[in-house]
Amino acid sequence: MDNKNEANSKKIIEIPEFCLVALIGASSSGKTTFASKHFLPTEVLSSDYFRSLICDDENNLEISKDAFDTLYFVANQRLKNMKLTVIDATSVQKYAREQIIDKAKEYDCHAVAIVLNLPEKELQERNKNRNDRGFDNRVITKHFLELKRSLKNLKREGFRYIYVLNSVNDIENVEIVRTKLWNDKKHLTGPFDIIGDVHECFDELKELLKQLGYTKKRTDGYFHKNGRTAVFLGDIMDRGPKNIEVLKLIMDMVESGNAICINGNHDEKLNKYLRGSNVTQSHGLADTIKEIESEGEDFKLKAKDFIGSLRSHFVLDSGKLVVSHAGIIEKYQGRGSARVRHFCLYGDVNGERDEYGLPVRLDWAMDYRGKATVVYGHTPQIEPYIINNTYCIDTGCVFGGKLTALRYPEREIVSIEAKKVYSEPSKPLDACIKSSSNNDDIADDVLRIDDVSGRMIVDTFLIPNITIAEENSTSALEVMSRFAVDPKWLIYLPPTMSPCETSTQEDYLEYPTEAFEYYRKNGVKKVVCEKKHMGSRAVIILTKDSETAKKRFGVLDNKQGVIYTRTGRCFFEDELLEETLIKKLSNQLIKTNFWQDLNTDWVCLDAELMPWSVKAQALIEKQYAPVGISGKEGLTKAVSALSLAVERGYEQAEVSNITSGKNVDLSKVLENYKQKAVAIEKYTDAYREYCWQVTNINDIRIAPFHILASEKAVHHNKSHLWHMETIKKYCVDDSLFIATDYIVVDTNNIKSIEKGINWWLELTKSGGEGMVVKPFEFVAKNGTKLIQPAVKCRGKEYLRIIYGPEYTLPQHLNRLKQRGLNKKRSLALREFSLGLEGLKRFTENAPLYKVHQCAFAVLALESEPVDPRL
Amino acid sequence: MLLTITYKGQNSTNLGYLLHKNPSRPQQFEMSFGLAYVFYPKASETETTVALLLDINPIDLARGKLGSKDGGLFDYVNDRPYVSSSFMSTAISKIFGTAMSGKCDKMPDLVEQKIDLESSIMMLPCSGDKKILERIFAPLGYKVEYDTFILDDKFTEWGESKYINLYLKGNIKLSELLNHLYVLLPVFDNQKHYWIGSGEVEKLIHHGEWWLANHPEKNIITARYLRRKKSLINRALKELECEDNLESNNNLEEEKESPQIIRLNDLRMEVVSKAVLESKAKSVIDLGCGEGKLIDKLLKQKQLERITGVDVCIQSLERAKKKIDILPERIKEKITLFQGSLIYKDKRFSDYDVACVIEVIEHMDLARLNAFERILFEFTSPPTVILTTPNAEYNINYEHMEGLRHTDHRFEWTREEFKIWVDKICVSYGYSSSLSDIDTSDEHQNTPTQMVIFTKEGVDNG
Repeated sequence: MDNKNEANSKKIIEIPEFCLVALIGASSSGKTTFASKHFLPTEVLSSDYFRSLICDDENNLEISKDAFDTLYFVANQRLKNMKLTVIDATSVQKYAREQIIDKAKEYDCHAVAIVLNLPEKELQERNKNRNDRGFDNRVITKHFLELKRSLKNLKREGFRYIYVLNSVNDIENVEIVRTKLWNDKKHLTGPFDIIGDVHECFDELKELLKQLGYTKKRTDGYFHKNGRTAVFLGDIMDRGPKNIEVLKLIMDMVESGNAICINGNHDEKLNKYLRGSNVTQSHGLADTIKEIESEGEDFKLKAKDFIGSLRSHFVLDSGKLVVSHAGIIEKYQGRGSARVRHFCLYGDVNGERDEYGLPVRLDWAMDYRGKATVVYGHTPQIEPYIINNTYCIDTGCVFGGKLTALRYPEREIVSIEAKKVYSEPSKPLDACIKSSSNNDDIADDVLRIDDVSGRMIVDTFLIPNITIAEENSTSALEVMSRFAVDPKWLIYLPPTMSPCETSTQEDYLEYPTEAFEYYRKNGVKKVVCEKKHMGSRAVIILTKDSETAKKRFGVLDNKQGVIYTRTGRCFFEDELLEETLIKKLSNQLIKTNFWQDLNTDWVCLDAELMPWSVKAQALIEKQYAPVGISGKEGLTKAVSALSLAVERGYEQAEVSNITSGKNVDLSKVLENYKQKAVAIEKYTDAYREYCWQVTNINDIRIAPFHILASEKAVHHNKSHLWHMETIKKYCVDDSLFIATDYIVVDTNNIKSIEKGINWWLELTKSGGEGMVVKPFEFVAKNGTKLIQPAVKCRGKEYLRIIYGPEYTLPQHLNRLKQRGLNKKRSLALREFSLGLEGLKRFTENAPLYKVHQCAFAVLALESEPVDPRL
Repeated sequence: MLLTITYKGQNSTNLGYLLHKNPSRPQQFEMSFGLAYVFYPKASETETTVALLLDINPIDLARGKLGSKDGGLFDYVNDRPYVSSSFMSTAISKIFGTAMSGKCDKMPDLVEQKIDLESSIMMLPCSGDKKILERIFAPLGYKVEYDTFILDDKFTEWGESKYINLYLKGNIKLSELLNHLYVLLPVFDNQKHYWIGSGEVEKLIHHGEWWLANHPEKNIITARYLRRKKSLINRALKELECEDNLESNNNLEEEKESPQIIRLNDLRMEVVSKAVLESKAKSVIDLGCGEGKLIDKLLKQKQLERITGVDVCIQSLERAKKKIDILPERIKEKITLFQGSLIYKDKRFSDYDVACVIEVIEHMDLARLNAFERILFEFTSPPTVILTTPNAEYNINYEHMEGLRHTDHRFEWTREEFKIWVDKICVSYGYSSSLSDIDTSDEHQNTPTQMVIFTKEGVDNG
């Protein structure tokens, strides 16, 4: 009866959701059958399988080393990705198990031993009956004995969970239950109020909770009426004035489910003491102990349980938020091991001590590239240290600083000033973050090569996962390093722009009809036509003052703003000119109340800077003007020589086919050259339109056409009408900012289209550059398909300085009309998405590297690919 | 685009026979770049003028010929259709080929005769000093005249254009004139419309052998004709039997780097290499290695077990790689090259005894120097850093120098400025420094390059 009962009752084996399982047992103990019953086939890495994978024979012991190397290669990848992994090999020898333990340590997970410990007789019996293979019975005996000797050592070897199944019955009636890791609180989605190191500062804590909207219930302590959860980052103990009060408050909140609390190094030391370890009672611990002792045994026990239950880190909000006392690097998140715990409690220490005798803490956050936001405390400093999506919010309340909370997901900082200095810090607060750039209050971020090298994939909110080939990133690295402005300023690069489809009209390469038609057929009813100024593209970043620039952009160059080209280079080589212009622009914005109106202290403008000759003077003198003069003089001489010959008269003789010189009608040639002469005149007129003498800064004009972004806002959700009208408001006179002429065209209305065409004809008749046609909304889609953010329609005369003076001659024009736009348009969409993504990231205070990746990707897409192999 | 030749003399229409082109029949020729026309604006008893007019297709230049997939080599906006350049030479040899070789069955005597010829070459691009025209044409027996043109008469401040209309007058054989023009037209311009291969040497010899060898400006003509390709120039001069000139033709390299600077560069590498060895280093990383000049010096040193070169320019690295690829395996395996940037933090920079930063920092914008400093001294923190940069004080010794020594230099420091920076590095990152000069040959103890050796404090190099 008893026996039967036992047979039916399941034996429960609990293992962590993520761990490394060693199935240990002699050959023929049934490991493979056991594994297939309890684990996914992909979770099980069997040595037999890898033997056959390598040499088609699972019994070939000669290639064992290769087989295990391969097995562990796969194990590495699985463990790196936090996947439970089962090693199905005999593992009866110590060295084999050591390898498993090392692997578990390497990936900071627990090692679990499940031992199939059958009697030798049973094993020999099975071995004999095996069809696939039969070992010499001495092998089985050897395995059996080795295992027997090993059993008692498993704990010492480092297995955290050990389950030994001693009979066939045991093995068959096992049920494996996977439990969550203790740090896994992904199901808690907040919202949270994360509170830095309290250190017994009870009064400030009460005030902070009040400020955060918590109220006190008589029985359960503090709670938030909107169901927010407080998160304490540890170091609630020591140094401060009101230990018991703080402890009680937090214990109550945790118990009632209104707070969670993690372990700090001070709490851990107390824990050790309460558990009977001999610890040095320094840094306020002696007082803490005395106070707890005086509260009576009941409280002491309760406190012991509470402190003992604290964990070193939590993963919250579906993995998007991680909290720990002293921070945590990405590869430790959600894992558990001694070194993970040590990092969470003490931070990134290397054993060295600084001039104050305190452990040197390395700035792990500088290199942090993880997806999850990390919030931590431990290192007190004057202001929260925010970098790469990590927040250190220990602002040294107990040292007379303040007690700080971070509201999540709002990411707002709330602080309460300390009422007094409760404890003297052993080093000044502002010396805590190691920074050699002489900045006390900004994080001087440095980019890493792996942020931009190799094949990059950038996820944007408009187009997911844009891929940048290595050929392009390799080539962009040089340009970015050598020529671009400081990446901290370079938050945006504009996209390339495709022209409209070529015109069906005989004399025109581009004509408005096609631009309107492109948008009409993509379901855009209204378009905004903006005059294309005769200048150069300029991206302008402006801040209210250089202090704002330093704070918001983290720049150290004392500049108040920058002006850069569409490839990210400084617009002006002359720094002084740039500085003066920036100052002038900024004054203008102050005068017109721009900063208040937009509720910002910085802005990113997309603009045209005039005249073109400011930027292009060298090009004009080296390329445009020479073509003009040589064309004019050369053609004049040609026309006069031809005229003389035509006047003189000529004949056409009969010649054989093999004669290379064919008859030619000279008067036709003359006609042709006269046309060329007219073309060169028009060309010269066209480029001259773009030159005006700039003697000083007052000759420069700037026509912004997008207010791209300002504090907390990317203005892609506003129509182009908004952009045009808003900009117009700040163009009070024509001394610096100038407004851009525009009209709105209804793409379904013939009259409106006609008006648009006439407007364009007027703009372009004397060499005007033309217009840019944009969908009414900044981001336009046809169904789910993103459509061009803008297409250009350039003037007939202007195009001479693009396609050459003679492009309008029919034989040339017909050829030029054969052009494909697909490549350019696809590029334009990707670059547009990357540009806006970069701005979005910047306005959301994303880490520098995240913003930089977007600008870098645009530059890479625009770069000529090179072979990255050496 | 337009070339005319005028023959003044009795029965001047015989020019037609010499050229094998009938004065009363205008002709058209298919060229690779478009069309060419031959016609006679003037044909009288005493004076006959032939015109060679090119009709270059600018769209072909930009896009490649219709139907070809090669793409063009030129911008759409281009002076080539309007000037007399290498296209004109090609046309001369194709259309007047027989006349060039001095053949004329109908007038065998006239061919061999020196006659009064005038040639006008319209819109000849001639950069730089126009005196060169006289120096090149006068020794060949021409009287030289030319017109110059202002670049744009609406913007006179832009100055003169490089184009001239050139008028040559001489008593000369027609075939000689044609050969002279064929060789010399491209010499005044800075470009040819086709790839310069070894075939160019043959062409030069073929059309210039008998007059070039004794021309006082043969070096310039050869160098410019062959687009300053050293190996081709040497070959051509050798074939012209003026081997004694081989050495001096180094001066023809009108590159920015003067021999003085080349010598300095060698010396610099010598000094740096010595400093590397004296630091007792076993491994060295050359940050900004360029084409691997320092690596070249270091790779023979047994003391060094690992040598790594880093540069941001992949083309430079490729050239460095080519030099390394031919080395013996045991040396090759010491060397690693990779693309990296000094303003991006990079783990691969770590674990070297010495980092060399030779003539690199002056190529960085001052605003970005801070990132470089942190990456090298704070994060990589090698025991020894050897760094050199130009000494701005020395620039007074360079004649005709304006601004900085190299167009890509963002700054050049005086010794004082350099020292301030060095001291700042030492204080911020815990290094000690020793400054020295490279090349103290100048009598005022003024040196072109300055060097610093940083040593990480607390590191025992002994």
